[in-house]
Amino acid sequence: MPYLPADLPRLPPGRDDAPWWEALRRHELVIQRCAACGTWRHPPAPLCARCHATDARWERVSGRGLVFSYTWVHHAAHPALAERGPYDVALVELPDADGTRLVSNVIDVGPADLHIGLAVEVVFEDLDDLTLPRFRPARLVSRTP
Amino acid sequence: MRDRVAIVGIGETEYRPWGGITDRSEFRLACEAILAACADAGLSPRDLDGFSSYANDRNDAPRLAAALGCAELRFAGMVWDGGGGGVCAAVAHAAHAIHAGAASCVAVVRALCQGQYGRFGRIGGRAPGRQVPPPSVPPGFAYALPMGLLSPAAMCALIVRRHMHEFGTTHRQMGHLAVAVRAHAQRNPRAVMHGRPLTLEEHATARVIADPFRLHDCCLETDGACAVILVSAERARDLRRTPVRILAAAEGGEGAWGASLYTHQAPAPPYPSANLAPVARRLWAMAECTPQDVDVAQLYENFTGMVLLALEDLGFCERGAGGAFVEDGTLPLNTAGGNLSEAYVHGLNLVLEGVRQMRGESTSQVRDAELCLVSGGPGVAPTSALILRRD
Repeated sequence: MPYLPADLPRLPPGRDDAPWWEALRRHELVIQRCAACGTWRHPPAPLCARCHATDARWERVSGRGLVFSYTWVHHAAHPALAERGPYDVALVELPDADGTRLVSNVIDVGPADLHIGLAVEVVFEDLDDLTLPRFRPARLVSRTP
Repeated sequence: MRDRVAIVGIGETEYRPWGGITDRSEFRLACEAILAACADAGLSPRDLDGFSSYANDRNDAPRLAAALGCAELRFAGMVWDGGGGGVCAAVAHAAHAIHAGAASCVAVVRALCQGQYGRFGRIGGRAPGRQVPPPSVPPGFAYALPMGLLSPAAMCALIVRRHMHEFGTTHRQMGHLAVAVRAHAQRNPRAVMHGRPLTLEEHATARVIADPFRLHDCCLETDGACAVILVSAERARDLRRTPVRILAAAEGGEGAWGASLYTHQAPAPPYPSANLAPVARRLWAMAECTPQDVDVAQLYENFTGMVLLALEDLGFCERGAGGAFVEDGTLPLNTAGGNLSEAYVHGLNLVLEGVRQMRGESTSQVRDAELCLVSGGPGVAPTSALILRRD
C-alpha cells in the first residue's frame, strides 16, 4: 500500500526532469549537480543558477536526511484523499547534497514522533507508472548507499 | 511616482461564501465593482483607459473595455504569477502607467465566483485522475502533488512550522490575530463573518486543516468583486472624493524564492519568511518614512501565521518577534475584518479598506490616521506592498 492514494494528480516528466524520475524508477535517489562548478540543484533545472553552465550530472546520494519542517494535513484537498485521514508532508534536507530539500512524506511515524531534526532514510514506493521517494525514520545500522 | 498618483474611487459587490453568488456571472460582478468605483469617484466608466489585475483574473481588459464602452484601451496590465501576492503590484502597475503617461484613468479589478469556476486554490480538478492537472499548473507542482502537498494551507504550514521551531512562535499567538480581526468584522456589516464573533478558545480548538493551522487560521473563500480607480494626483483634485495618494509601492521578493510554496527550496534564511523583506526595503526607501510612522495596516492573511512573518519582513518587529507583536496588539490591523473575516477577494478588499481608513470612513476607524500600509500575499513571489497617504 502506498502512503498516499496513487490517483492523486501528477504532472508527466518533462525534458528538464525526466532523468530524476527515471532514476527513482531504478530505486536510486539522484540530485542534479552542475558539471562545471558542482552546485547542487533541485528541482531539476536546465542551467546552473550560479555559473549558468547547462551541463549537469545526476549524482546518487545516500538517501539519508533530516526533517526540516513538516505538517499534518487533515483537510482532504482532493477527492482521492477523502477516506485517507490525516497524513504528513515533510521537507527533508539532504546533508550529502549541500542541504537540498525534498518535499516528501515520512512513513511509519505518528504525530508524537515526527519532529524537526528527525533522521530519516529514503524508501522507494512503486506505483504502476511512477516511483516516489518517501522517507522513514532512520534505522541505527550502517547502510551502503 | 511617489505621491503623484491617487486612488479616487472604490467599489465592491456584496460578499458571499464561495459558491454563494449564482444569479450573476463573475464578469458581471467585475463590471458592477468597476461601475460602483466610478460612481464613487464621480467618473464615467467611459473615462477609463486602462485595467490592471493579478492572479490571472479571468475578466480580461479587452472584454471590460468593450463592455464598459471605453473610448480607448491604453493599458492592460497583469502581474506575472504570485497569486494574491500581486494585489498591491496591480495597484502599483496602474500607478506607474499613469505616472509614465501611458494611461490616464485605470481600474484595478479582481473578481472571484468560485461556484461558477471551481474552488480557488484547489489543484487538479474535482475528480480523481492521473496526470490531468489543468494546463495552468506550474512545473514546480510535479514534486508536490503526488506527495499530497495540494493546498495553500499545507504549503504555508511548512513555513510556519519551521518558524515555530526556530523562534518559539505559538499557535495561541496566531489566535490573537484571528480574534482581533474577527472583532473588526463585527463592526463591518459587509463582512461575511459579521455577527459571528470568535474567542481564543474557539480558535484553539477548531478543526485542524493543516497543522499548525486550524479553521480560523485560514482565510475565507468568497464570491465577490472589488475595484479601485486611479488617476494622477493633479487630476484627482477636481474629483468628488478626497484623493488617497500612493505614497510608495514595491513588489518582487528574493531572487531565489522561486516557486517556494511548492518546492520550499529558498535558502534559509530568508526561509522561513513571507518573502517581503526585499519589497520592504524598497518600499520604505520610496516612502521616506519608517514602520513607526504607519497608523494602520492591512496585511494580506492567507493564514494567520504568515502575517506574523510579514510583520517581521516589513520591519514592524525583529525577525522571530512576529508572535509577540500580534499578542501586544499595538498596530491596528485589517480593520474591516481582512481576508480572515471580511471577505477573500484575493486581498483587493484590503486595499479598499486602506482607502476607507485614509478617508476616515472605516467602521473601525483609527483616529487621525494619515498613513496606511497594505501588503499582498505572503510567502509567494512576486509579493507586493503599498503605503497609502491621506491627502
